[in-house]
Amino acid sequence: MADKKRAFDVTTLPGFTAIAITAFVLLYAPIITLVFYSFNGGNSVNQWGGFSLQWYVVAWNNEAVQDATARSLIIAVWAAVISTALATMAALGTTRRGKFKGQTVIYIIINQPLMVPEIVTAVALLIFFSSVKIATGYSGLGYLILAHSAFCIPFAYLPIKARLEGMDTAMETAAADLYATPWQTFRYVTLPLLLPGVIAGAMLAFIISLDNVIITEFVKSAGQDTLPTYMLGQLRRALTPEVNAISTALLALTVLILTVFFIVTKKRD
Amino acid sequence: MTKQIAIDARNVGKIYGVGVHAVTALGDVSIAIEQGEFFTLLGPSGCGKTTLLRCIAGFETPTSGSIHLSGRDITYTPPNERPVNTVFQSYALFPHLSVADNIGFGLKMQGKPAKEVKAAVERVLALVKLEDFAKRLPQQLSGGQQQRVALARALAPQPEVLLLDEPLSALDLKLRKEMQSELKRLQTETGITFIFVTHDQEEALTMSDRIAVMSAGELLQVGTPHDIYDRPVNRFVADFIGETNFVEGTVEGSAVRIGTGDLLDVTLDGHSGGVTLAVRPEQVSLRADGSGIAAQIVAATYLGTDTHYTLELGDKSLLVARIQSNSAGGMRVGDAVGLHIDAGAVQVLSA
Ligand SMILES: Nc1ncnc2c1ncn2[C@@H]1O[C@H](COP(=O)(O)OP(=O)(O)OP(=O)(O)O)[C@@H](O)[C@H]1O
Ligand SMILES: [Mg+2]
Repeated sequence: MADKKRAFDVTTLPGFTAIAITAFVLLYAPIITLVFYSFNGGNSVNQWGGFSLQWYVVAWNNEAVQDATARSLIIAVWAAVISTALATMAALGTTRRGKFKGQTVIYIIINQPLMVPEIVTAVALLIFFSSVKIATGYSGLGYLILAHSAFCIPFAYLPIKARLEGMDTAMETAAADLYATPWQTFRYVTLPLLLPGVIAGAMLAFIISLDNVIITEFVKSAGQDTLPTYMLGQLRRALTPEVNAISTALLALTVLILTVFFIVTKKRD
Repeated sequence: MTKQIAIDARNVGKIYGVGVHAVTALGDVSIAIEQGEFFTLLGPSGCGKTTLLRCIAGFETPTSGSIHLSGRDITYTPPNERPVNTVFQSYALFPHLSVADNIGFGLKMQGKPAKEVKAAVERVLALVKLEDFAKRLPQQLSGGQQQRVALARALAPQPEVLLLDEPLSALDLKLRKEMQSELKRLQTETGITFIFVTHDQEEALTMSDRIAVMSAGELLQVGTPHDIYDRPVNRFVADFIGETNFVEGTVEGSAVRIGTGDLLDVTLDGHSGGVTLAVRPEQVSLRADGSGIAAQIVAATYLGTDTHYTLELGDKSLLVARIQSNSAGGMRVGDAVGLHIDAGAVQVLSA
């Protein structure tokens, strides 16, 4: 055993360390710079003028930012709730009834938003919703909520499905044996055991919705900016560290939710 | 007074899958299990024991035949509507519920008032001696304790029939012996019909009122432990239950001539021509004076109270004898001895 041949190890390839460092720098240096300049006392996003929280105060008091934030949160909460409910049903349907004909097709349909280019979906939704708007006269947040719910489904679906597949069907059999109707089995056994997956799915969906630009940009009516589309609009004008401050706040929220997500999924059973 | 029939399986067949993938798990099984009976299904792995239990519990629908519970046809009744509970081999306790909530689950689902559930849980906890563990989660219990919770959970709703699928196979020997007598006690105290699955023949013999021996999806023999042990209907049953020597022979008049040329005066039941004799090791005795069938000791295994001797007969065939160690009188490997077979107790099987 002493002279066992060493397995192939990428870390020994020439230049591996240099490439790794370059990759990390490219990934994180811009983010670190962005966060850094959000605390800038001056008016520039790349010239340091001393430490200050002034841009956070500006952003906090900016009515447009307040509105966009409120809109983003409303849409993200609804999208998370709706997509998670649908994804839970889809996951139950695809994992709790054995193999069936057309299963692969169902998987593809559920995960469609991951595969179709987002811009195509966005254009399609724009065309579809504009005719609905004309027909119904309704132009509220409903369209954005529906669109976000739809593309969040696969993100909510994946952790729920993973959890269900790791769950022993013997629990459900035991519940049925103990006089639980199919609904009671779901309510008192399947759902509580599935809960970590459902929470993880909802959080992932929430973040995905919060972050979306392309579909939102196409679907929104006038005056329906979300935080990301508001920031996009700002880029076309003079850039101030206010955008950095908003981005940093968004980043902090995302990191917080992702941390909870990992804790929840790690703590399975 | 004739006993009431609890479970009546009539010509039950079960085929899994279709076409070339079809597996016949149950061929054509008919049994009537009496109320209050400790009934054991015994057979090698894959013979269909679990499948039969699952059909009785309602997790599988038989491909053919029907199942009746106290006279009512339940073949197509869903599991949650059958007064039948199961102790699963893997226990299948609900990990998110406390011991008490696990045990109360069945009654709660039946819509019993909380007070009644609580009283029943306390009663059953006492029955399985787990009063101090009510608030724990299943994963905070040892294997043996989880086993008792699984048992308590299935007993709490007072089912008409309790199904136990190899409930003791995951326990070590000592715990297993304890649980065997515990199960027997619970069955006597509750009067519930137990249908118990095992592939351990000793467990089956010591616990059961009646045993059904299964092989390849068919019932070979149903009877009391005595019936099955003393009067196995065929070679498979004789071989599966306890140790058996098989001796070939030919019927001559009212006796059987075996390979060594000796005649054995066994009880024939209309047999003729070639037969197989099932000779239990304890039906063989040895004489140091050499009278009887000539044999030589080729191996001896000391087992405490008894010693197993492997003997070679004149026709080179081997036979195992089980002799009480203190009466063996210094017989050693290599000794020539005389062998007697208690012919009256020997079972004759058609060859
Ligand atoms: N769901 C299933 N699909 C296909 N075949 C199955 C299925 N369940 C059981 N079988 C087959 O049916 C036969 C009987 O299985 P069963 O589980 O009843 O055996 P068993 O007597 O309980 O065995 P063991 O002692 O190993 O538990 C086996 O050949 C098994 O492979
Ligand atoms: Mg089995």
